Amino acid sequence: MSATGGTYNYTVVRQFAVMTVIWGIVGMLVGVIVAAQFIWPDLTFGVPWLSFGRLRPLHTNAVIFAFGGSALFATSYYVVQRTCQTRLFAGGLAAFTFWGWQLVIVLAAITLPLGITTSKEYAELEWPIDVLITFVWVAYAIVFFGTLWKRKTPHIYVANWFFGAFILTVAILHLVNSAAIPVTLWKSYSAYAGAQDAMVQWWYGHNAVGFFLTAGFLGMMYYFVPKQAGRPVYSYRLSVVHFWALIFTYMWAGPHHLHYTALPDWTQSLGMVFSLILLAPSWGGMINGIMTLSGAWYKLREDPILKFLIVSLSFYGMSTFEGPMMSVKTVNALSHYTDWTIGHVHSGALGWVGMISIGSIYYLLPRLFGQTQMYSMRLVTAHFWIATIGIVLYIAAMWIAGVTQGLMWRAVNADGTLTYTFVESTKASMPFFYIRLLGGTLYLTGMLLMAYNMMKTIAGHKAVDAPIPAAVHA
Amino acid sequence: MDILYLLVPLSVVLVFLIAAVFLWALRSGQFDDLEGPAFKVLLDDDRPRASISKPDEPNSAPDVREDGFDLCQKKNDLGG
Repeated sequence: MSATGGTYNYTVVRQFAVMTVIWGIVGMLVGVIVAAQFIWPDLTFGVPWLSFGRLRPLHTNAVIFAFGGSALFATSYYVVQRTCQTRLFAGGLAAFTFWGWQLVIVLAAITLPLGITTSKEYAELEWPIDVLITFVWVAYAIVFFGTLWKRKTPHIYVANWFFGAFILTVAILHLVNSAAIPVTLWKSYSAYAGAQDAMVQWWYGHNAVGFFLTAGFLGMMYYFVPKQAGRPVYSYRLSVVHFWALIFTYMWAGPHHLHYTALPDWTQSLGMVFSLILLAPSWGGMINGIMTLSGAWYKLREDPILKFLIVSLSFYGMSTFEGPMMSVKTVNALSHYTDWTIGHVHSGALGWVGMISIGSIYYLLPRLFGQTQMYSMRLVTAHFWIATIGIVLYIAAMWIAGVTQGLMWRAVNADGTLTYTFVESTKASMPFFYIRLLGGTLYLTGMLLMAYNMMKTIAGHKAVDAPIPAAVHA
Repeated sequence: MDILYLLVPLSVVLVFLIAAVFLWALRSGQFDDLEGPAFKVLLDDDRPRASISKPDEPNSAPDVREDGFDLCQKKNDLGG
């Protein structure tokens, strides 16, 4: 024991870290099933609970909120404790966030296949679950900001700023977008109607991408990339500038999801302009993360965890270039409603969010169970290559399918009639649906390797709570 | 688009809130040192104690240890 006595609260970090892997497998398995349904529509024998329309929101909720959410909880609780050199504030509340969040996930897994949904994308859960989410989130904010408040270091490390912004913004987004009037226990109507509702929905939807899937994971990046590389972040100054730039400019990108709809034209253009502006702060973060390795690139050769972290940043850079480009109205006229969008989402989801989480969890697991490293680093390397190949297959297939669909839908004969029927574009996409299924299956296989590796790392070893060091740096 | 009467004021309020937090951070000295914090994170040795006596661990042993930061940890261990 060090002089201060006391240990960090690793219990809740351990719980969330292990569940990240388990929910990752569940969410990605559902993803593979829905990808297979594109090829074999009768795959689930016409059982309504397992139809595409019900499994698809289950997939998105499971990977975003169960897998991604658990990874964010685990890493933010770890990072805020280590960088503030103090035990997590309100341990009971932290335990509540774990069990509460798991309950939300289980309720989602029951209600969505039953067809109980608000039909708002990424916010499908009905109002009683929304209320539970609100309680869990308030508890999360209290635990996180309470820990920041009682920090033993005067400076708040930049990763905590990202985590903090993510927690606060998601709270506001959830409250505004999920406002609804309950009719029965499992049915409610949105507080907004028509185009207004669409506007709120995508104000929420895109800011959820910005703050849940970007800011939170950037917090992860700013801690685990320097730690794993054993080098300070390329420019701490840039990380601070990048943070404030992202926070000040993010909020209005949402309307690019509603180009050429009933939304007023100027609102669509506004959304496009703000989306283009976002390229700058996004690439600020990407460059800062990757350049952290400058002068030590050789580490990338030997260290598979670093491979995960750095390649995730390249996917982040790629999808934050692709995103603003797709928000340009003329490009969007081609890409909208096609599988290009699905490809774009997965380059962000599998490449950026998935790989940065996997790398961070590989970093954490040994430390949480008193080990020096994972049971098998060769399996980590195998996981990295399987996942990378899977992503590339997935994205490339969706790019080709998407552009093909867009071009076929807009092709017109000399007499003004459409050249192709819709089903012809589906037929043209079939080969790429197979490739997508293969890519997704590979990514899922990688997660199974991770689960085996995790089990072997944990088995027979006691959970260890690290002691809080005496103020060494004071 | 009545909804803009909610979303635009909300954004304005948020921008002022963010500006307030920024000013607090500025005045409380959060931006005074924009080099040191990057190194301080590396000084925190979060590897399990079992591994501390074995500096040649293959996985993720931060190379800062070779620069002498190791001494801090050793001193800390002796004091504990």
